[in-house]
Amino acid sequence: MSEETVNSPVTAKKINPRIESYKQFWRRLLKNKAAVIGGLLIVFVVLMAFIGPWIITTFTDYRPNQTDLTNKLQGPSASNWFGTDSFGRDIFTRLIFGAKLTLYVGFLSVFIGGIVGVVFGIISGYYGGRVDAVIMRLMDVLLAFPGILLALAIVAVLGGSLTNVIIAVGIFSVPAFARVVRGSTLSVRKLEYVDAVRALGASDFRIIFKHILPNIMSPIIVQASLRIATAILTGAGLSFLGLGAQPPAPEWGAMLNEGRQYMFEAGHVALFPGLMIVLVVLAFNIFGDGVRDALDPKMKNR
Amino acid sequence: MEKQELLKVEGLKQYFPIKGGFLGRTVNHVKAVDDISFTIYEGETVSIVGESGCGKSTTGRAILRLEEPTEGKVEFRGVDLAGLSKRDMRKYRKDLQIIFQDPYASINPRQTVASVLTEAMDIQKVLPANERRGRAEELLETVGLLPYQADRFPHEFSGGQRQRIGIARALSVNPQLIICDEAVSALDVSIQAQVLNLLEELQDEFKLTYLFISHDLGVVRHISDRIIVMYLGKIVEIADKYSLFENPKHPYTKALLSAIPIPDPDKKKERIVLRGDVPSPIDPPSGCRFHTRCPYATEKCQVDVPELRTASSMKEGHEAACHYIEEIESGEKQPNY
Repeated sequence: MSEETVNSPVTAKKINPRIESYKQFWRRLLKNKAAVIGGLLIVFVVLMAFIGPWIITTFTDYRPNQTDLTNKLQGPSASNWFGTDSFGRDIFTRLIFGAKLTLYVGFLSVFIGGIVGVVFGIISGYYGGRVDAVIMRLMDVLLAFPGILLALAIVAVLGGSLTNVIIAVGIFSVPAFARVVRGSTLSVRKLEYVDAVRALGASDFRIIFKHILPNIMSPIIVQASLRIATAILTGAGLSFLGLGAQPPAPEWGAMLNEGRQYMFEAGHVALFPGLMIVLVVLAFNIFGDGVRDALDPKMKNR
Repeated sequence: MEKQELLKVEGLKQYFPIKGGFLGRTVNHVKAVDDISFTIYEGETVSIVGESGCGKSTTGRAILRLEEPTEGKVEFRGVDLAGLSKRDMRKYRKDLQIIFQDPYASINPRQTVASVLTEAMDIQKVLPANERRGRAEELLETVGLLPYQADRFPHEFSGGQRQRIGIARALSVNPQLIICDEAVSALDVSIQAQVLNLLEELQDEFKLTYLFISHDLGVVRHISDRIIVMYLGKIVEIADKYSLFENPKHPYTKALLSAIPIPDPDKKKERIVLRGDVPSPIDPPSGCRFHTRCPYATEKCQVDVPELRTASSMKEGHEAACHYIEEIESGEKQPNY
């Protein structure tokens, strides 16, 4: 063989580890039946939340706040699939309109909490020392409160509304993110390639965003997918206590609370919103667990 | 030709605090590097040898301020790097580069080789942006890789190839001094030789100066001009290669050299086996730090710290830190094992 043949470029398929690890992640996630079901449920709820109200308003006469007092507290029937509540409103319609609110609370609060938590965590882990001590003690204080109690206190201060619930749940998600991110940052910061770019004179900003953040995304994603479930539950809990969405908003937690008074005469009023909350929270939890397993390098060849 | 000073380290100390107690107060220090001074001249290769934990890597990292030194001066061409602000230091980082031990940990697994090299050039603003890619490919050729491999990711290379990428990254900013921190220790012996030869070729081509940190005396003997022997955070002996290997003066250096295997089964050699372990750098022995294990130690050694000095039987530039260089040499003092 001549030298040239040896040195000619081999046009093998380029393997980008990013794409490759995504592919591997999907393969492992799809193997996990429970996670797939959870994922499909989430997709279903998201579609329901965004297309559902449009379908209902375009093709039917049902409206979420349309009262019909002659037809109140009726059980499930062909005209009212999930029955009606104490004002004669159709529960099915309300649930579909409420899905959006529930998802808002879940995603937005985790988004807010995630961003703040990641920033705190990275600063804490990267700079260490006194900054780290101050931030982490602050996080410890937040963690010392039981989650719902902390959210309750924040909403009590800010006043009851859905926006404040999102803020409150966001704040109470911060320490969880900060802790996870701090730990990962500490381990990545010690790697030699971070020293290498530092020796090249890279700014802290570049090191953090280009070399540390991309390498700690997995735990952040896992934390986010698990946190959404908690956030939804807390949001519904606050609305149940009357501190979140205000009537007549069709928030599931608030609907559950309304149904509470008629628990014995018309159980379905509380049953269906409750079921929906359980279903969505369960879906996010199962899916989050699946994501965690799929991203865990120790589970690689299973 | 007059030798030009490139790097002058003076009184360098690196103490790591040990935090303890409820309030996280500093209860003690690990004295990793304790007051060392040496000079590196332009174009030479200086090695630091010593056993694990003697502070050789810490010295390299302190020079680059990857860990802020506790005390001391690091003068590079007359500028004290240790006294610069972080911002000003960044400009000087271009002149001092480092090659790491572990080729698997020293490259970001998410970057292609080309982006590793162009990023380095981007940080130091060498070359306009549109020429960087070409330069990266050139560099790959310089270190013995092929230009078409530029778009590959680190996991597609072997350890030796990755070490070459690390070298290319160090070269990309046109440095004058490269610190090789155990740069070949993680490689197979055959690959070690290749990388060492590459380093020597690059030294000739780019007029580089190396500070070579290693525990492998064979490698050090091959590549160095001068050698610094460290023990427990202090320099015990500095000498040019020949003096050190042929005429070691410090008892520790002698023991260290006697540990080099000789590839000749018939040849009998005297192996000096030291007693005990390296003492803890948290609470190092008083006086000469080697006195707890030295076969020649006396009471004086426990009290007085020996300074580096040149005895009459030593060549110029050869220094050892021992009270009894002459006595040991004349046979007046015998080892008591």
